[in-house]
Amino acid sequence: MRRRLSLLAGVAALGLTLAGCGGGGDTPTDNGNAADATGKVGVFTWWADGSEKVGLDALVKVFGTDYPNLTFDNLAVAGGAGSQAKSVLAAQLKAGTPPDSFQAHAGAELQDYIDADQLEDLSSFYTDNDLTSQFPKDLVDRLTVDGKIYSVPSNIHRANVVWANVEVLKKAGVDPEKPAADLDAWFADMDKIKASGTIPLAVAGSWTQVQLFENILLSSLGTDGYNGLWDGKTDWKSAEVTTAIKAYEKALSYTNTDRDSLSDWAPATQLVQDGGAAYNVMGDWAEAKFAQDGDKPGVDYVYFPTPGTAGVFDFLADSFTLPKGAPNPAGSKAWLTTIGSAEGQTAFNKAKGSIPANTTAKTDDFSEYQKSAIKDFGQDKIVSSLAHGAAVPVAWLNDLSTAVSKFGGDKNIEGLQNSAASIAAKFAK
Amino acid sequence: MLKRAKTWGPGVLLLAPTIILVGVFVYWLIIENFRVSLTNQHTAKPSNKYVGFENYTNLLADPNFQHSLWNLLILTIVFLGGTLIFGFLWAWILEQPAKGEGFFRSVYLFPMSVSFIASGVVWRWLLSSLQTSQPGGERTTGLNRLLDSVGLGALQNDWWSNPTWGIAAIAVPAIWQLSGYVMALFLAGFRGIPDELREAARIDGCTEWKLYRHVIFPQLSPVMLSAVIIIGHMSLKLFDLIRAIVPDANTYDVQVPATMMWVKYIGSDYADAAAIGTILLVLVALVVIPYLWYTSRAEKR
Repeated sequence: MRRRLSLLAGVAALGLTLAGCGGGGDTPTDNGNAADATGKVGVFTWWADGSEKVGLDALVKVFGTDYPNLTFDNLAVAGGAGSQAKSVLAAQLKAGTPPDSFQAHAGAELQDYIDADQLEDLSSFYTDNDLTSQFPKDLVDRLTVDGKIYSVPSNIHRANVVWANVEVLKKAGVDPEKPAADLDAWFADMDKIKASGTIPLAVAGSWTQVQLFENILLSSLGTDGYNGLWDGKTDWKSAEVTTAIKAYEKALSYTNTDRDSLSDWAPATQLVQDGGAAYNVMGDWAEAKFAQDGDKPGVDYVYFPTPGTAGVFDFLADSFTLPKGAPNPAGSKAWLTTIGSAEGQTAFNKAKGSIPANTTAKTDDFSEYQKSAIKDFGQDKIVSSLAHGAAVPVAWLNDLSTAVSKFGGDKNIEGLQNSAASIAAKFAK
Repeated sequence: MLKRAKTWGPGVLLLAPTIILVGVFVYWLIIENFRVSLTNQHTAKPSNKYVGFENYTNLLADPNFQHSLWNLLILTIVFLGGTLIFGFLWAWILEQPAKGEGFFRSVYLFPMSVSFIASGVVWRWLLSSLQTSQPGGERTTGLNRLLDSVGLGALQNDWWSNPTWGIAAIAVPAIWQLSGYVMALFLAGFRGIPDELREAARIDGCTEWKLYRHVIFPQLSPVMLSAVIIIGHMSLKLFDLIRAIVPDANTYDVQVPATMMWVKYIGSDYADAAAIGTILLVLVALVVIPYLWYTSRAEKR
């Protein structure tokens, strides 16, 4: 009798497991009127703390008012500037159990997911919500892949900004109000600062070096030359690139020698705040750090586009997607509607310190820096950031980062140029 | 028939879950890893075209991978040499009748109880590359600051931020952490040598050096071999310590195959990552298999 019971229990358990397996999987995805969506919406991000978490919370609040019938399920994974989250996400996508929506950098990073056929086409969603006219055309062009759009951006960051310590500049006899117009003038300023006994340029580990490299490429080659590096129109082995790499080498000679030991961008920015260095080239998330530490723009610090890149906006954007096989596609669309809406963008970006992608968002009470960035974004030429997954796929970026990191040690210009060229040949289509 | 099943049945039932789990999660995954390493899956886009051993030949021809193998070689030599020398030295000191042996034994063994990740955070600070003579030198911390303040400023160096020899600096904390373990092994070896043997040698007129040379060292050689195998294969797999000390995974100076595999994996270059994994497995097997062969022969004898 007992044996029969346990057998029965076993069969029952097996049945349950099978039922569990059969449940997911093949839900149709083309339905989805966001307005009648109900249930849970699971959203995957790496915004687990700091200003990012505050921004996400603000967004969720707007989502709650827009769609009272839906509950927001926070699937954030912390750690490693998103690398932890990305490996978790890759495993879920591979197993066919995606979240309802996940975060990715707009641009080439999305390309990996598109190539893997993991994203739904959102072109009709853009038409239905009239988003094409509300987002800047340059941005929409960058989001469009073979005529289709796969994500909704929540914010815009700028990667070509120099942050400078006013006191250090004044001590060295450099006018903080008049930033250098090109690289040569900038290096001349740095010579003055070096003579005054301060480190001219603060930089940290590998990825911040890549961002500095990207800024100097952009300044030296101009927008067309820079863009051509990623689509094959600019030859990595050309003399112009040699000049740019020489400029990068010169810039490195002004930096702190312990750059590889600094754990992330923040210690390098801290050096500028403490007066240990004059300049730091960093994305505009640095603005949130200055503000948090109580520094006043114009008094304690100034910011300006990297010399030689005035009129260019080196952009990166976080964006949200609708994965194929999402459990609640109508809920996903509701979430994406909130992300794209003017109210959602205002609430989120005010808290995170970035600027809205939606041009109709209200920005009256944004910070001084944010207002200047919004103005620039509206009128500047836009290029994609290399260091932040907008210009090239992650594998390309990784190989190039190793080459740039190697250059930091051996300063072999030809070596960097040759490896960059062969990496480009390996990944370019 | 049924009777026989009764004798071996329970044993098989008991072992079956282990066999199945090990079969799936160790051996099947090794095979699957090897299969991926033969494909051209270099991006997230699914592709399973077989390319033979192309990934392996490309990797071995890649200067970056060669650099990582060179780093691995230096790391292993310094790590192995350091732990053996310090381990033996400490064991030899403690083997002499010394006061407070138990105390020093714990002191030497203690670092082993700390995880590489935890000690790596401390050693990141200790091995900071900034030197007092460089611009911004007033921020100097760790060993360089210590050397400067005791008047040995000339010994300051950039530790792991050196493209050729930097990896040897990573071996320093590893030696600190595992010398005590090697000491424990050697101490057990010393204790295993009966006092009668030494007495007999001394009565026969052996000098202390000859006693070590002909009586004690030969008896310690199996201990030495285990130490070499254990430290050697740990060195081949060393990943966590490097990741804890060096902030950025892409840092070229200290790239070893294990960290390079991680970078490739994060970049969705699954084929290359799998190929590096297989190469590492082969390297570890080259170290471990002769040892297994040796011990099984020793047991048979």
